[in-house]
Parts: sequence; C-alpha cells; structure tokens
Amino acid sequence: MSEWTDRVAALVAAHDPATTDRAAFLRARFDAGLAWVHFPEGLGGLAAPREAQREVDAALSAAGAPDNDPRRIGIGLGMAAPTILAHGTADQRRRFLRPLWTGEEVWCQLFSEPGAGSDLAALATRARRDGDDWVVTGQKVWTSSAHNARWAILLGRTDPDVPKHAGLTYFVCDMTAPGVDVRPLRQITGEAEFNEVFLSEVRVPDTDRLGDVGDGWRVARTTLMNERVAIGGRPVPREGGMVGVVARTWRDNPDRRTPDLHDRLVALWVRAEALRLAGIRLRTGSPGPEGSAMKLAFAGIAQALSGLEVELLAEDGLRYDDWTERRPAHVDYLGRGAGYRYLRAKGNSIEGGTSEILRTIIAERVLGLPAEPRADKDLPWKDLPR
Amino acid sequence: MTEPDLRYSEVEEDLRSSVRALLTARAGAGLWRELVGLGVTSLPVPEGLGGQGAGYREVAVVAEELGASVAPVPFLGSAVLATAALLHAGDTPEVRLALSGTPVLAVPLSSWGAVVGVRGLTGSIRSVADAAAADRFLVPADNGLYLVEAADVRVSPVPSLDETRPVADLEFSAAPGTRLAGLDAVRRALLVGAGILASEQVGVAQWCLDTTVAYVRQRVQFGRPVGSFQAVKHRLADLWQELVLARAAARNAADALTTGVDTAVAVSLAQSLCATVAVRAAEECVQLHGGIGMTWEHPAHRYLKRAKANEIALGTPGMHRATLAPLIDLLG
Ligand SMILES: Cc1cc2nc3c(=O)[nH]c(=O)nc-3n(C[C@H](O)[C@H](O)[C@H](O)COP(=O)(O)OP(=O)(O)OC[C@H]3O[C@@H](n4cnc5c(N)ncnc54)[C@H](O)[C@@H]3O)c2cc1C
Repeated sequence: MSEWTDRVAALVAAHDPATTDRAAFLRARFDAGLAWVHFPEGLGGLAAPREAQREVDAALSAAGAPDNDPRRIGIGLGMAAPTILAHGTADQRRRFLRPLWTGEEVWCQLFSEPGAGSDLAALATRARRDGDDWVVTGQKVWTSSAHNARWAILLGRTDPDVPKHAGLTYFVCDMTAPGVDVRPLRQITGEAEFNEVFLSEVRVPDTDRLGDVGDGWRVARTTLMNERVAIGGRPVPREGGMVGVVARTWRDNPDRRTPDLHDRLVALWVRAEALRLAGIRLRTGSPGPEGSAMKLAFAGIAQALSGLEVELLAEDGLRYDDWTERRPAHVDYLGRGAGYRYLRAKGNSIEGGTSEILRTIIAERVLGLPAEPRADKDLPWKDLPR
Repeated sequence: MTEPDLRYSEVEEDLRSSVRALLTARAGAGLWRELVGLGVTSLPVPEGLGGQGAGYREVAVVAEELGASVAPVPFLGSAVLATAALLHAGDTPEVRLALSGTPVLAVPLSSWGAVVGVRGLTGSIRSVADAAAADRFLVPADNGLYLVEAADVRVSPVPSLDETRPVADLEFSAAPGTRLAGLDAVRRALLVGAGILASEQVGVAQWCLDTTVAYVRQRVQFGRPVGSFQAVKHRLADLWQELVLARAAARNAADALTTGVDTAVAVSLAQSLCATVAVRAAEECVQLHGGIGMTWEHPAHRYLKRAKANEIALGTPGMHRATLAPLIDLLG
C-alpha cells in the first residue's frame, strides 16, 4: 500500500466502477488528481513524480476501472495538453484539460500545410486581428483525426513582414466553427486516417490564443518535443509494441522460419528492448532533444520489424486484408494485418518530424554541430521564395 | 516485473570522477597500482574478503572510464573475470590468497559458452588477456577451476591486435595446482565479464563520438566546418542514437548483474548491441578524421583496435544472439 493506492481506493469507494457511468468515473478520477499525477493539483494531477502514474494505473485497472482510451486521444494527451499546461492561461487550462483527458473532446493538430512541412515555420495560413477575434484563412494538410476532433491546436501567421519564425501565433481552434471544412485524404493503407482542412474566414476569439502574439514558434516547440516523446518514448512492457506482434507471428509460424530471418529478428528484438530501456532512462525528466533519438530509433525499428513480418508470412504476405477507404476512430500502428502494419509504419519516419529533420536536430542541439547555412532565416516571410 | 534502475547514482558519479581524475593525471606503469590503491579493482569483493563491498553497477562505471581512456591495465582479466570466478568459488584460504594478488582467468579472451581448458594441467591455452600481469592463474582443467602460480606457467606474449589489452599464450606441463571450484565458476565469470564489457564498449564509443564531434566542429574545408555538412551531421546523429540504445542496454546489464534479475537476457542483449556500436563509433572516428585518422600518432587507432578486439571478446554479437534466442522464446 502507498499514498497512491490509498487515493485510488478512496476514488473507487466513492465511485464504484461497476455502477458508475464511464464518463462520470473519468471526470471523478480527473478531479481526484489521478488522471496524470505529475500535473498540478486542480488540473487532474497532484504535482507528483511521473513514476507514480504506473502504480496508479495498475491499481485502477485492478479495480476494474475504465480508462480514457488513450489511443483515441493521442494528440490531445501527447501534444495539446502539455502545450496548454506550459503556455495556457488559468482559464484555458481549466476549460480544456478536463474534457481533453476524459476523451469527451478529441483534439487534432493543424500545423502542416501544402507548402510547409519540414519547414513548418514557413507556413502561410493567415490570422488577421478583427476586434476581439482573429480571422483565419488557409489550408492545412495531413491532419490526423480532424474528422473526430472537437478542437485543434493551430499555428497561423499573424505578421508576414518579419522573418518566418517571428511572425507566428499559436491558437486553439474550434473545429465546429463556421468556415472549417474537413475533407478525407486516403493514405497508402487504403484508410483515410488524415485529412485536408480548409479554413475560410474562421473566427477564433482572442481568448483562444495560446501564448503571446508572435510567440507561436516557441509554443509550437513545446508541442513538437512532446510529440516526439509521445511517438517514441511511451512506457511499454517488454514486447509491448511492434516487436511483440512480430514475435507472436514468429512463434505461430514454425514452418516459415529461416536462419536469415531468425538472426534479423533477434537483432531487432534486441534493438526494440534497448529502445524500451532507453525510454525508461529518459522518462525521468521533461522531454528535450533526446526525445528525438527515441522517435528516430522507434521509426527505424518499427519499419524493419513490420517489413520482416511480411517476408516471414511468405505467400500470405502477398495478400492484404481490406482496401476499403475506412475512417478509423484512432491512429493504429499495430492493428489489422501484416501488410497494413508494414504500410502504416512508413509514416513513422515522416509524421512528427521526418527522420532527416530529427538527425539534424540531434546533430545541432545535442551534439552542438554547426547549423547549415540558411539563406531564409533573416528575410521577411513575405519575401521568401515559394 | 519492476523497472530496472538505469540511471547513474550520485555515488556512481563520484566514483566516475575520481577514476577519471586518476586516469588523466597518470599513465604508464604506475597506473594499475594506483587503481588498486583507490580500491576500484576490488569493488565487488565483500569487505570481509578485503574488498569494497560494492556491486557490479560500480564496476561497470569504472569499466566505462577505462574504456574511454583505453587504459592498458589488467582490469578485465583480473578485476572482472578472475574476481567473479573467485567470488563464485566461495571463501577459502586459496581464494583469499588469490584475491590479494593479481589473478588472471586463463581462458581465450574470445570464450563464450562451453570452456574446454586443459587436462591434467598439461597443455596450452591461447590468447589469454592480461596474462603478463598475472601472479596467479585460474585455470579450467579436468572439469574444475584450478589455482596455479604464474611461476609454474610458461607465458608467451604475442603481438596483439589491441596492444592496450595484450594477449598471451600459456603452456602448462603438469603444473601444480589447487582445485578451487567447478566449471560453473568459469561460466559465471564469463557472464559477468560479458556484462561489464558492455559498459567498457560504451566508454569506447562515447570517446570516439566526442572526439569526432570536436574535430569536425573545428576542421574547415570548402570554407565551412566539415561538421556543418549534412552527410557528416546525420552520420553522427545516427551514431549518437546508437549510443543512447547501447548505454541503456549496458546499464541494464550492470543492474541485472547486481540484482540477479533476468541476468542472462540482460547480458546477451547488451553484448549483441554494444560490441557493434563501439566498432561503428571507432570506424566513424577514423573515417571522419580523414588522413589524420590513419596515423599512428592520433589515438583513434587504439580505440579501433580495442573496439574490434572487444567485438570478439567474450562472445561475438552473433553468439550472443544465439544465446538470447531460446531465452526470449524466439527459436530458430
Ligand atoms: C501519417 C501522417 C500523419 C500526420 N499527421 C499530421 C497531423 O496530424 N498534423 C500535422 O500538422 N501534420 C501531420 N503530418 C505531417 C507531417 O508532419 C509532415 O508530413 C512532415 O513534417 C514532413 O513534411 P512534408 O510532408 O511537407 O515533407 P517535406 O518537408 O517536403 O520533405 C520531403 C523530403 O525532404 C526531406 N527534407 C526536407 N527538408 C530537409 C532538410 N532540411 N534536410 C534534409 N532533408 C530534408 C524530408 O525529410 C523528406 O524526406 C502527418 C504526416 C503523416 C505521414
């Protein structure tokens, strides 16, 4: 027994999971500070060490409590929440964090644009001040889960006359507001997991601005650092990710084993386990550029493992489960068949910063190597070649 | 399963600082004696047996520092391999005697898995690491581990790929010896040695990365530091990422040797990763230094030779994967 299990026992005693409505239970859990214990009191946490979360989660699942289905709300939990916590006003934190955590409100990320991917700071979506509102017009792309989202984190250009990084402002955007148009984009798996989002004269109240006008890049960096840890550094048990799926396929297919696949599989098992251990080393502390190593390694390992699984399956590797254009409820790296996993893993080295960009970040911010010459850095955004 | 402790404790960081300070201040013949004086060669030995009563986590930190300086001391052969075998043998007057000197485990440095040894303390054992420093040998023979005085063994040093950890061939002709333990003591020593070697490999790799980064930052070609070219930056970023994985695996092995939890998996996991990362780091170090990396004068070659020899030492990465496979239920 510990302080944490005592608190869980008190929560469960007051709100019996067997008889309490799921959303009501999750709200009560948030109010008890057991949602994310490292968050401040009153915002779903207890200002406790991150490590305590494991114990809390274990005790709650032992008590049969429902969870908040984190896969469905990954962008909210992994990216929006830490950004709102770090840069939001007291009102914004109170308004957004609770329904974000319980999953009553799904979030998406309106960052990338057709003309601004790796070079995110070059983005063109324009936000103009109009009284107490901002009026936002532009096109976003690759927006995962926009079709399920109630809110978005949005990066827009508020000043085209200054260099690109200096003219950005960070907003929270209501996805139900007039002028927001979400259209499915089909991806190589056949599914339409992401979208293009057209914003035409969308009114965003100034109270939904996160951070100062012109300070959007600094706020966005909080989001991006957290995104990389969220993608690569999740706490998992041994064989918790792709490696577990492929290891099971291996165990189930003794007739298809070859010495070549065997040695490669064990080598990848080793890398996956070492990555998991590196995540344990990293997790004590707030996400820094080291998180980029986790995401970089994660992408490489997931891609190699899922490729190996297709090879292992031989004639069954030639088939695909279903090419129907589905609209999935959540981003799924491990589900469906081997072919799906192989194709979906290709996104791991693109989404959340490409592996090339991550290598540059590691080289410059971790190793301190000199930046490449950049012709665009000090020019006003409006004068950049496009 | 509870999470292993993979950080460095304050005590471990203090230990690192004092070893590093010694290694920067001293070199050459007196170094081993200084290390003995500092107590870092008897860390895992209980206080009752004249040691420090520390654990393998601390030994691993020392190994990292010795790797980072490729110090020519018989740490692996004596303080790691022989000590682990002796501690497994139990508390006897012979064990105490051996621990008081510089005993060396008489196995080929490449050993992993079954160890053959000699019959009737007659025969030869090739490529034994640190043999020249030994005052006594622990010799696998006739299904047991025997203590033999160095004076009763013919030790022939050979030119070694890694001159900072030279190997020698041993000749025995009906040498007098005392039986200390069964061969399980040797297996234990190899397990400990392979686990600790992973930390040495991390130390080697870290030195190579740091040295290369420092060099490419100041070496100018085409009017800019060569470290500003993306082809170079990305290679070093990849190497750093490998080192993040290797360090986690090496810390995990050191922790597992201390706690006894999941040790065999942790050791082979670490060896199949860290050996390769150290070699890659040393090879990148030579390549990215250009011509100067090929010189005898620049220290890079000593790290390359140590890294390559270490890849063979105590089991190749492939052997460790073969060991690992049944332990993690991935049968071929
Ligand atoms: C599955 C998936 C989900 C996504 N979800 C979202 C989302 O929800 N919200 C969102 O805002 N975005 C999302 N994205 C977008 C993602 O962040 C971008 O695709 C990514 O940042 C790359 O931008 P780009 O596609 O424009 O490629 P580009 O930037 O045009 O890159 C093309 C190629 O050039 C390389 N390259 C570019 N610049 C450099 C350089 N300086 N040095 C070396 N190589 C370089 C890249 O690495 C890449 O290989 C998602 C993407 C995917 C694949």
